[in-house]
Amino acid sequence: MTFHTLISTVAVLALGAGSAFAQDTSILVQSTTSTANSGLYDYLLPKFTDESGITVNVVAVGTGQAIKNAENCDGDVLLVHAKASEEKFVADGFGVARSDLMYNDFIIVGPETDPAGVDGMSDAKAAMQKIAGAEALFASRGDDSGTHKKETALWKAAGVDAAAASGGWYRETGSGMGATLNTALGMNAYALTDRATWISFENKGDFDIAVEGDPELFNQYGVILVNPEKCPSVKAEAGQTFIDWLLSEHGQQVIAEYKLNDKQLFFPNAPK
Amino acid sequence: MAFALVLSGDGDLYRIVALSLRVSLTATALACLFGLPLGALLAVARFRGRAVALVLVNALMGLPPVVVGLLVYLHLSRSGPLGFLGLLYTPTAMIIAQCILITPIVAALSRQVLEDLNDEYAEQFRSLSLTRLQSIRALLWDGRFTLLTVALAGFGRAVAEVGAVIIVGGNIDHLTRVMTTAIALETSKGDLALALALGIVLMVIALGVNGLVQSVRMSAVRQAYA
Amino acid sequence: MREAPLPRTDTCRQVLPFPGRAASGPCLSARGVRYAAGGRTLIEGLNLRLPHSGITMVMGPNGAGKSLLLRLLHGLILPAAGGIFWGDAPLDATARKAQAMVFQKPVLLRRSVTANVDFVLRPSDMSRRDALLRRVGLMDRAAQPARLLSGGEQQRLALARALATGPHLLFLDEPTASLDPASALMIEDILREERKRGTKIVCVTHDVGQARRLADDVVFLSQGRLVEHRAADAFFAAPEAPAARAYLEGRLTL
Repeated sequence: MTFHTLISTVAVLALGAGSAFAQDTSILVQSTTSTANSGLYDYLLPKFTDESGITVNVVAVGTGQAIKNAENCDGDVLLVHAKASEEKFVADGFGVARSDLMYNDFIIVGPETDPAGVDGMSDAKAAMQKIAGAEALFASRGDDSGTHKKETALWKAAGVDAAAASGGWYRETGSGMGATLNTALGMNAYALTDRATWISFENKGDFDIAVEGDPELFNQYGVILVNPEKCPSVKAEAGQTFIDWLLSEHGQQVIAEYKLNDKQLFFPNAPK
Repeated sequence: MAFALVLSGDGDLYRIVALSLRVSLTATALACLFGLPLGALLAVARFRGRAVALVLVNALMGLPPVVVGLLVYLHLSRSGPLGFLGLLYTPTAMIIAQCILITPIVAALSRQVLEDLNDEYAEQFRSLSLTRLQSIRALLWDGRFTLLTVALAGFGRAVAEVGAVIIVGGNIDHLTRVMTTAIALETSKGDLALALALGIVLMVIALGVNGLVQSVRMSAVRQAYA
Repeated sequence: MREAPLPRTDTCRQVLPFPGRAASGPCLSARGVRYAAGGRTLIEGLNLRLPHSGITMVMGPNGAGKSLLLRLLHGLILPAAGGIFWGDAPLDATARKAQAMVFQKPVLLRRSVTANVDFVLRPSDMSRRDALLRRVGLMDRAAQPARLLSGGEQQRLALARALATGPHLLFLDEPTASLDPASALMIEDILREERKRGTKIVCVTHDVGQARRLADDVVFLSQGRLVEHRAADAFFAAPEAPAARAYLEGRLTL
């Protein structure tokens, strides 16, 4: 018996148990973790469902994996933060069109002891050069996520070959943002993260924001409808309804309204 | 503090617990459906390549959940061979993954249990001219209380694993979020206290299921049926 | 080792007519049987023809091959040379189904007393169950777990289950070896009854008294060979083989 007939057999048997969950008016969003973990969806999605009758299911993974999943047609809408990869996704025909949705910024967080002396800096490149120079520990996602792509670009711009120090002061966790922050805390390492994740992160310990405010640290989120011509299973109509709602004045206002600890996490910037 | 949170229990927690139980119990039942007859056959049949089959089944007990999750994902993905079923990111997909993960455990452990029982019964069965199928049925029935423990081992592995269900289930709120994926989520949010509290809830559930099965087994032992 | 003398009851006709059973029929025989295990020959050159009726007691010192002979005759193990025959045909699955065996240590299912009997009864024969349980004196234990019965009760249940298959030929391997005298006598009574019904019985025993009480003919083995097979009264009056004489006199303690 091949693995595949085995799975089919189990699938047929398991269908009865699971099929009750299938919902017609639901769409699947492949999303980055920061939007999900920050609680934005918990605030935003019920409002959309109330108004449209469409249920939105979110799979929150790293941007790299979210794009892969969408390329496999396992999703109707893609909501991530890695502009170059998103544009390639559309150019390759997997997505219909990409639109800017909202932004916030990346920050570098680190321990109170500040071993590299970067606390309060606003020049990301200079700060990263300093970290490399001091060989202070740095925890990287190392998972091809949006944050990881950003971090790699920053090292390159700073002229630091961080990968050469892999296993030394440069520690690639290969995990999600939360797991990487937990690891950074555990070994007193600096880490790059997005502000929304940091604000909602509950295990900050003695860590605080060390570097912020550099225009280079801009973090743009985009939204894309998966191409129904490539993926016939895509619920294009419902997916487009969701995207239109997000980009509408009302949807943008809801995004701006969402606050955690009195701080706004995402700043809407859809083209008018 | 976190316990108060868990104990005050909003509906979400109960939904997550209920889904965990439903997915893992269904997966265990299906794994028994496949694994027990396979284990019984391996226990009574003598054929060429049996030694290889035993090594294989025993080795599959160590299947990494992530690998199972990936294999199931690749098959159930819309672009995979079974994508047309639309099962990815449903509880059914999670049941399939867990079933594949624990079927080798059920088969390998039941093979051991039933082989011991068969050593005792084989000559009597041969004297009664039982067919192989009759022998297997009798062994499964007489070993049923011991096999409960085997099923329990499978259930324990299923309900505790996160690697497979998070890939094929997607940890979707109100749809495919189970105890383990919820724990992983809270950990990644840095809410370690809540993650730990959820972990304790999971352990209490596992303890409850174990206690229930053990009490059934003990009453069987008192009757010399196990 | 001299040739075994021809048994006097070397005929397949019944001594007495038994209701419901043919007056004569095929008899079970072993022809030139050799059996070896682990590089050792355990049974050699064995020729034996069992009478068609009555009780054959198999005797001999430990290690003589009595249990092996029973297993060979019942088809549980296969000879390395020679064969077991039912009439003129080799023992096959059909012939085996007319046989039943009670082991020295009863193998009971992990079920109730009744379920152990039901296990071998055809659905159409279920009405026989109660009669069988009454015969072995276990009717009042019917609902109890079989494995909680006493040793004697367990052996009676094993016997009831063997009888439930309606055997023409019943093998027993030291069925009373670990039972107290009362339990042993109860089993003996059932065997006598069964003989009256026309069931051929082959029983291994170390108990000379039991052999005297039950045997119609005696098969005596020593060191894997058949040394004597004669009618019981003649055997016990004057065993011909020195090994048999020594055994009965309690001299041979191999």
